[in-house]
Amino acid sequence: MTWEELAITVTVFLPLLGAAIITFVPRRHEESAKSIALIVSLAAFVLSLAILAGYDWGARGIQFQLNVSWIEAAGINYHVGIDGISLPLFVLSYLLTFLCAVYSYHHIEEPGRPKAFLALMLMLQTGMAGCFIAFDLILFFVFWELVLVPMYFMIGIWGGPNRQYAAVKFFLYTLFGSVFMLVAFLALYFAAPERTFDILALQQMGAAGEFTANFQRLAFAAIFLGFAIKVPMWPFHTWLPDAHTEAPTVGSVLLAGILLKMGTYGFIRIALPILPDAAVEYAPIIGVLAVIAIIYGALCCLAQTDLKRLIAFSSVGHMGFVMLGIATLTPIGINAAIFGMVAHGVITGMLFFLAGSIKERYHTREIAEIGGGMVKTMPKMGVVLGLTAVASLGLPGLAGFWGEILALLAAFNPAPSLVDAGYLTLFRVLVVFGAVGTVLTAGYFLYMMQRVLMGEPPERWSEAGLRDISPIEWGAWMPLIVLTVLLGPAAFLVTGMTTPDVTTIMTTFLGG
Amino acid sequence: MPELLSDPTTVDLFALAPELSVIVAALAILLVELFLPAERKRLVMLIGMAGVLVAIGFLIALAADIGGGSRAAFGNAFVVDQYALLFKGLFLGVAVFVLLLSYRYFSEFRTYQGEYYFLLLAAFVGMLLMPSARDLVMLFIALEIVSIPGFVMAGLRKFDLRSNEGALKFFIIGVLSVAVLLFGMSIVYGFTGTTDLVGIAVALEGAERAPLLLAAVLFVIVGFGFKVSAVPFHFWAPDTYQGSPVPVTAFLSVASKAAGFAGLLQVCFVAFAPLADVWAPVLGVIAVLTMTLGNLVAMQQTNMLRLLAYSSIAHAGYMLVPFGIVQPGNAALNSDAFSAVLVYLIAYAVMNMGAFAAVTAVTRAHPGRQVADYTGLGHRSPGLAGAMSVFLLSLGGVPPLVGLWAKFYIFIASVEAGTPFGLFLAAMVVINSVIAMFYYLAVVRTMWMDEPLSVEPIRPGFALGTAVGGLAFLTVGLFVAVDLFATSANLSTLVAGG
Repeated sequence: MTWEELAITVTVFLPLLGAAIITFVPRRHEESAKSIALIVSLAAFVLSLAILAGYDWGARGIQFQLNVSWIEAAGINYHVGIDGISLPLFVLSYLLTFLCAVYSYHHIEEPGRPKAFLALMLMLQTGMAGCFIAFDLILFFVFWELVLVPMYFMIGIWGGPNRQYAAVKFFLYTLFGSVFMLVAFLALYFAAPERTFDILALQQMGAAGEFTANFQRLAFAAIFLGFAIKVPMWPFHTWLPDAHTEAPTVGSVLLAGILLKMGTYGFIRIALPILPDAAVEYAPIIGVLAVIAIIYGALCCLAQTDLKRLIAFSSVGHMGFVMLGIATLTPIGINAAIFGMVAHGVITGMLFFLAGSIKERYHTREIAEIGGGMVKTMPKMGVVLGLTAVASLGLPGLAGFWGEILALLAAFNPAPSLVDAGYLTLFRVLVVFGAVGTVLTAGYFLYMMQRVLMGEPPERWSEAGLRDISPIEWGAWMPLIVLTVLLGPAAFLVTGMTTPDVTTIMTTFLGG
Repeated sequence: MPELLSDPTTVDLFALAPELSVIVAALAILLVELFLPAERKRLVMLIGMAGVLVAIGFLIALAADIGGGSRAAFGNAFVVDQYALLFKGLFLGVAVFVLLLSYRYFSEFRTYQGEYYFLLLAAFVGMLLMPSARDLVMLFIALEIVSIPGFVMAGLRKFDLRSNEGALKFFIIGVLSVAVLLFGMSIVYGFTGTTDLVGIAVALEGAERAPLLLAAVLFVIVGFGFKVSAVPFHFWAPDTYQGSPVPVTAFLSVASKAAGFAGLLQVCFVAFAPLADVWAPVLGVIAVLTMTLGNLVAMQQTNMLRLLAYSSIAHAGYMLVPFGIVQPGNAALNSDAFSAVLVYLIAYAVMNMGAFAAVTAVTRAHPGRQVADYTGLGHRSPGLAGAMSVFLLSLGGVPPLVGLWAKFYIFIASVEAGTPFGLFLAAMVVINSVIAMFYYLAVVRTMWMDEPLSVEPIRPGFALGTAVGGLAFLTVGLFVAVDLFATSANLSTLVAGG
């Protein structure tokens, strides 16, 4: 076995190994779990960077492949690999987990217990990263479900006052969707002329038109349900505000930063290429739901009084833009979607870090109780919050801009197959509503900043001696701040990775 | 094919070595216990353990000896082939864990230790005979040797009314079903003129389907239905599970049930295979009823052992599903169904045994056996609670734990059948898996997310701790090797061996 073949396996399972090691830390040395988690997540992050550096940009396509039989009787393979579409999300997951490990030096929510918390976090990392590199449907499903249990415990044990309700809601929603997804995967297995769970083989069959239109409709509907709940798309989003709000800071960061992307990534990797005809039929529906999510998310945000809940609802809108990009079925749209995912991961991850730190200082998340003037009480924190918020609302020059503008641009000229089907007008109408959504997004973020950052701080806070950003927080946040600023002018850092592979997928499988 | 032995008195002692070593250990226990002072009596467990380990050693030697072939004794009524070895390995593995579970429990129980270990090993002798039995008479003997010690063990907690009630119910329903079984067997013998399983299959092939014959076949199947606690023969299970000593419950729900399935496999897939179109739909319907009823009733239980009892009824339902898709003459499909049952049995044995091991540990501190006793267990004993969560999630079928793969095989086989009934069964498995998650998850939730009643950690002790840890490891790690079980003993070896 060469490094080429083993790189992904080692990188993905290293965190799981770390989690196992942490469980053996005796309780009286519980604090040392933090160092172990930090070292493991740093090592894994470095390995992921090594994969990024070792990826042959000239050759493109899927590299670092390993395909060995796992359960022969059922034709299940351990097939992993990575391409330009997976790479940015893969590396981002390692970056965020590493930063969460750093942040946990600063603060872990009640009841503390870093040992259990960090072991779960590392387990989560294996599941998240595994989803982005699995090229076998069952393997993908295993990683997909692996994420569920640690996140359930993270929300349920370390969460806010309403944690149990949120945890169960999160678990049951996702489980419900994934049962349908699994059924669709099995249906694909049985419907394929040559039975296989291999994603690449199924993509080829999909492109060759091996699946009947009716089958595609049903299978797409079931897979759609699984992914749409995870994204989450309106109207399947109701678990998200509860889960994000109640989750501990690290949980929220990973939930918003990576977990949501597993759904959108699934659409790009599995649903669209394997079921191309159904994708064309469903695209208008997805587009409409996406725009509803954008508007609905923004309106909900305007009504929020809880800072963290506001950020949670903003995810609904941002993921709406991502789904709009996917619905266009064009290379530009898909690129916009992936860029949007990365940008949302960086920015919203950062916002949840901030929300956590603000809660920890003010002991409240109610915007009214914070009462404004943060720029005066904690100038650095205020500036960082301001910067991230304007990045999130899509200010040109920062990371949030490209995902939104490119998605709208792509929706103006959707794929030829959609135009042929007579959906051009619909998509152009969607562009108008999407654009209105960007204005509303700007509106609620500015309104939030006005209420939190501006004005005179209430007396109780100006005299409370609130501590500004601590060195550990700087350490955890600086990479995200840099990326937020950098990805604005240097969008090619992501699009350069994704464009060729996206174009290949789109031209091969969707003819667009 | 083994060479045909004309003389039924010829005994191949090597083929019987695992059974013999367990018998020797069982008798030695009875004898040695008499001479031990009261506080040392618990040490007889070590004799049992030694007997089981020696048996495992013989098993490995036998496996090396037969390779792909087989050995026989008593004129082919007793056959050792790969299928039999796989089951014997499973039973002996379970025996090791039951002994580990029993040690602390019965040494604190203080009485009947020698009797208990003797009865336990005697029951295991019956189990070891079961997968080798290729004759109705031998099957009956094996079944009785498994059942009768079970009746007594279920009633060992003499001071507890519930234990008395459970044992009596177990006994009456057990005897009734055995009577039905024997009645069926005698009619089958009358029709076919043989008690040899393969001979019955040959005679039934193309035979006229007299209603009485079909009824007799169903009688035999029903007799095993009691052993696997399938609806509507499940009534004994919850009361008996609740009243018995916890290690006995573990034994009943895992080992005894697996023995029932071994017998059912041999009867259905060998002797009655030509009549599969008659009994398969019946077993399919029983499967659906069993899992649905088991899961729905389990949701309402507040007693941990009753919850596990109904959960184990539901799992019997899953394991009956592959029986429902068998078609006469369709070898490929039947082989898939057969492997699915085998894989599920092994997975079920590991995870359910684990759950009972954890329950045994908790019962030491909380004899009330309520689900509420598990409140906040994660704060008191994180290791134990973690292992229990693994077992429960695996029973519920959360990937990548072993329970999921077991269900997966059943699902694939049912869809593979391609009939509407097969698809219906597959759908029922999926729906039931989701229902089951509710009550497994409820226990997991209360263990980790509720405030503990006391902060006193629960210490399982060395033997029990080893059992819990080892089983948790298997539950997590076995998915690497599921393929091995599915392929190591498929239908063809059983038919060839018979």
